[in-house]
Amino acid sequence: MKLAVIGAGAVGRSVVELAGEHGHEVVAVADSSSAVVSDGTDGSGGAVGVDADAVVARKAERGIVGDGDPAEALAADYDVLVEATPTTLGDAEPGFSHVRTALERDRHVVLANKGPVAERYGDLRALAADSDGDVRFEATVGGAIPAVSTVEDIEPSHVTAVRGVLNGTANFILTRMAAEGLDYDHVLSEAQDLGVAEADPSFDVDGTDAALKCVVLANVLSFGAADDPADAREFTLADASVEGIRDVPGSVLRLAAEDGRTVRLIGEATGETVRVAPRLVPENGTLAVSGTQNIVQIETTHAGRLNISGRGAGGPETASAILGDVGRLG
Amino acid sequence: MPDGSSERGDRVSDARDGAPEEAADAADPAADGGHDPAPSTHTVRLELVDEPGQLLAALQPIANNGGNLLSIYHERGNKTPRGRIPVEVDFEATTERFEGIVEALREEGITVMQAGTERYAEEITLVLFGHLIDTDLSDTLSRIEASASASVADVSLAAPQGTEEVSSARLRLEARSGETSEAIAAVREIADEKELRVVAPLVGVEA
Repeated sequence: MKLAVIGAGAVGRSVVELAGEHGHEVVAVADSSSAVVSDGTDGSGGAVGVDADAVVARKAERGIVGDGDPAEALAADYDVLVEATPTTLGDAEPGFSHVRTALERDRHVVLANKGPVAERYGDLRALAADSDGDVRFEATVGGAIPAVSTVEDIEPSHVTAVRGVLNGTANFILTRMAAEGLDYDHVLSEAQDLGVAEADPSFDVDGTDAALKCVVLANVLSFGAADDPADAREFTLADASVEGIRDVPGSVLRLAAEDGRTVRLIGEATGETVRVAPRLVPENGTLAVSGTQNIVQIETTHAGRLNISGRGAGGPETASAILGDVGRLG
Repeated sequence: MPDGSSERGDRVSDARDGAPEEAADAADPAADGGHDPAPSTHTVRLELVDEPGQLLAALQPIANNGGNLLSIYHERGNKTPRGRIPVEVDFEATTERFEGIVEALREEGITVMQAGTERYAEEITLVLFGHLIDTDLSDTLSRIEASASASVADVSLAAPQGTEEVSSARLRLEARSGETSEAIAAVREIADEKELRVVAPLVGVEA
């Protein structure tokens, strides 16, 4: 498949680097200000893709991916648009317009950007229904963990709930607080030094990121179980009940530990509700994954409970989910 | 054991024995993951007044409501501080009938201390945090106690920064069977009003 990768952050760059290993060519790459589009050859008459190493090097050295305009990448001759720009809320722009452009051209879309699937799922489904292109978004939930495709395989009507630990930053902080008896501020600055938390950690520690993932799952469950998409309930971030971990004092973790429990930021999605909050879980239980690990627990009607844990973030991890989606389109 | 009680127990037990076989024969796929109709063993701990006829009075509601008596541990020499005699009764019953039995025992005025393998009183552990002391912890606890679905069994308080700062309390609640979610909702409501936060367990996910 020929890929156009929009967004050249850690995820977009990893897709550019790993696409070849998965048997795909990247024919266009864009970031917010520049683009490179393959002219069909690499000069030696062989591959049709852009030079992945050159793109990554240019981005690192000059902060751009090429000399073209980003619009050229959207107009390029690709089979699949990989949308890996930063998640935006509300109208989910500019990501949503990128998706629209691709679907209107009857091309497939693979999203790593949570905005369009969390904030405008109904619009997205409507566009996809009118297009020969399909939309996939495994990378929006739990990084490398195949959460969406597992729910699809079981069929959303046979899944009663999906819950889990969906934010590695918050989980790292809670794990360290419990293990070392440290308070939130201390562990946060430690996490920032390690690059586990961003300078502004709000998105992670306030539960927004986990909530968006749960909203995506709630949409998958709701639309997947409805006979007619028009009847499906659409979820957005506004429908989620969200509590973060910012105010959780160390004494909560100590009291929990005295009783063989610990605290995890747990997100839960059903076809009816979305909730993210710090919850008590058994200290050695399945959901008490450590550090930046994530886990997704799927509650099914006929197949019991499934648990999938793994890396919930990271360039190559998320790129693996994206390239898995590309494979499913083929 | 008096004959009447035993006969009744057997009769009901026969009727009940048929139920799970029927369910199995029907092989209803919708039963998957649903309510299990098979009887299981339950234990109730009762406290009886030390008077003649009390044991019989306690066993009758069990037999009359479809429980199949298995064993009775009647420790006459070991009285509670209130001078009552603890008795442990094991019996088989479906979950549905078990609830009816516990209800019937209570209606007869018998003190049920503990009921369950599947306990009658479901335990919920949760942690509250915030300005617990400033917002009158004892009032918070009595309001939880006053809510219909739960009673407070145990409280551990941690106020490492002193009583005026944020503190935490671990509560062990006992909720009526099947009312765990209601009990947690009641705590949330009280906590919201006092701007306290609740770290609740995941109901039914303890595995």
